[in-house]
Amino acid sequence: MAVITVENISKQYIIDHQKGKGANTLRDVIAENFRAMFGGKKNQNAITHEEFWALRDVNFSIEQGDRVGIVGHNGAGKSTMLKILSKIIEPTTGTVRIKGRVASLLEVGTGFHPELTGRENIYLNGSLLGMSRSEIRKQFDEIVAFAGVEKFLDTPVKRYSSGMYVRLGFAISAHLDPEIMIVDEVLAVGDAEFQKKSLGKMRDNSASGRTIIFVSHNLTAVQALCNKTLYFEKGQLIEQGETNQVIASYLSKVSKTRLLREWDSLKEAPGNDYVRVRKIELLPEYVDELTHIDVRTPMKLRFEFWNQMDHANLNLSLHLNSMTGECIFNIGTKPQPYGKGLIVGECTIPGYFLNDGTYTISIMIVKDTATPLYVMEEGITFDVEDYREGIAWYGKWPGYVRPQFPFHTKMLEPVTSE
Amino acid sequence: MKTHEVIIQPGRSERHYWRDLWRNRELMYILSMRDVSVRYKQTALGTAWGLIRPLTTMLIMVFVFSKIAKLPADPGVPYPLMVLGGITIWTFFSTAFNQISNSVTMNANLVTKVYFPRLIMPISSVAVSFIDFLVSLGLFIVLAIWYRFLPDWHLIMLPAFIILALLASFAFGLFFAAVNVKFRDIGQLIPFIVQVGFYVCPIAYSSRLVADKGDVWWTPFYWMNPMVGIIDGFRWSLLGERAYFNPQSLLISISIVGICLALSLYFFRKRENTFVDDI
Repeated sequence: MAVITVENISKQYIIDHQKGKGANTLRDVIAENFRAMFGGKKNQNAITHEEFWALRDVNFSIEQGDRVGIVGHNGAGKSTMLKILSKIIEPTTGTVRIKGRVASLLEVGTGFHPELTGRENIYLNGSLLGMSRSEIRKQFDEIVAFAGVEKFLDTPVKRYSSGMYVRLGFAISAHLDPEIMIVDEVLAVGDAEFQKKSLGKMRDNSASGRTIIFVSHNLTAVQALCNKTLYFEKGQLIEQGETNQVIASYLSKVSKTRLLREWDSLKEAPGNDYVRVRKIELLPEYVDELTHIDVRTPMKLRFEFWNQMDHANLNLSLHLNSMTGECIFNIGTKPQPYGKGLIVGECTIPGYFLNDGTYTISIMIVKDTATPLYVMEEGITFDVEDYREGIAWYGKWPGYVRPQFPFHTKMLEPVTSE
Repeated sequence: MKTHEVIIQPGRSERHYWRDLWRNRELMYILSMRDVSVRYKQTALGTAWGLIRPLTTMLIMVFVFSKIAKLPADPGVPYPLMVLGGITIWTFFSTAFNQISNSVTMNANLVTKVYFPRLIMPISSVAVSFIDFLVSLGLFIVLAIWYRFLPDWHLIMLPAFIILALLASFAFGLFFAAVNVKFRDIGQLIPFIVQVGFYVCPIAYSSRLVADKGDVWWTPFYWMNPMVGIIDGFRWSLLGERAYFNPQSLLISISIVGICLALSLYFFRKRENTFVDDI
């Protein structure tokens, strides 16, 4: 049974561009009308309008019990879609049909008033999210325990740490009991432990047959929680379907990956009179028929260059850098004497080595182990995506590398209780 | 709970709007309580402010208008009582009007994040002014006892005038609240309107002074002011026959307030779905 049907939903905004000074104030509107009334000329500072479609002809339907992720870039229309489903924004065209009680969680701690105490804010926020006072009263102790703010119940929330604030906000919404739950990016806040707890709570909820719509930039969380995914780009629904499939195609579209650069003729090739680069290529051995690199994927880097010197003792030096420019490692080949010709260098980067993130590879051609002849900066850019199995934690995995060294636990000595 | 289908379409005002409004009465109550309890947070004098303001305004007005300008009160009515009666109902109207006008913009953080019938905001915003009104009315009673002034049967009409003042604040406030979303000029305009109103309404003086003028060119304009009938009526029900009250002016008040309320409500309902786009 489809609980949500979205048909031809579009949302248009008119953006005012005013040439000249001033904003669109009441005065301008009145002045403009006056001028028009007396047949005056159109103002030189006239306001020009530009149409902007935040959403364009979106169609989808959601079945009962589905856990639907929505992914896409900033400004792709994800939040606008959620706000239309939540009745906050009115669509410009189209129809949405919703069966069931909806709770929207677009912000943690909506309506929290800094001057009010934790206790008062629980009631305020709860009733804003659609809980009745008796429902709140029934769950009050549970909410407080979940948030862990027992001691500060009668303290104004302006004195709360940001962590406590977020925990209290989430605790309230986690105790909502709607048939359809709409959640926007709320897991971006809070510490790792609390995120885990919150996602766990959401999974429990979905197990009881609740429909969940979940927007997040955290693809790992979407993969863990959602069975279906919608992919938005520039206001349009590009793809929908099984989560793994949609996320894979999202990743292949968004990645800044540049795995191959090639120059056919010596003239165009970058370099100098000594050496010129012919080709730099990263060849991943994709796992599970994926089309993107994840933390498991082994890769081979291939680098071809022309040597134009008669006798030269050459070696290559490879720098693998993080997106922020820090060097993760530097590795060199043994120097070897070469005459004129095409030379190839190959380097294998094993799987289970790099952590998820974006990396660049720079290659340096060195003469006599001391003189750099040419540096190819950021010849390759690639993304390593996250992959986890059997782990119920979805926060960012720390570190630049994620090796799988032997690391085990075993029972040393069981305690037998009598 | 029975599941009902919600249909979202452009321009479709919620069919169950008024039922939704009623269902959300707890939210209305909680938002009111929020405003009330936040009002005097971190003030040393706290709720005493609700008392200090009308009292000092009255004392100043007694000094300026009665002692210096020698404005007469209605015969048989102590001037301070007359002024305090006027201040009480006027302040109720003007603060309610002010709160309503700012209610939507003040709650911008809610408008962009949750759905509820938007009328909840103006409705819950008047709680604060009503509590101030009760305090001020209490002050009036104390002063009346001091002057050994006993009210008579007219008192039963008091609630009607209070409700009328409240309706008047909605009649003008709802319109401004909706306009305020797009044009924040309203925020500048309202204190000015209130200030002007303070002088064109019979607060420091009695409407009897205007009635005695007879037919001067401006008197029709004076009686057209819907607040004249409400303020006069309020004083009349508190102070009895000795206070001046022209029932005709009440008729004008009721019709103007009624028409404006209907228009304002229509305008607000028409605009409320697009508040979030402009706020």
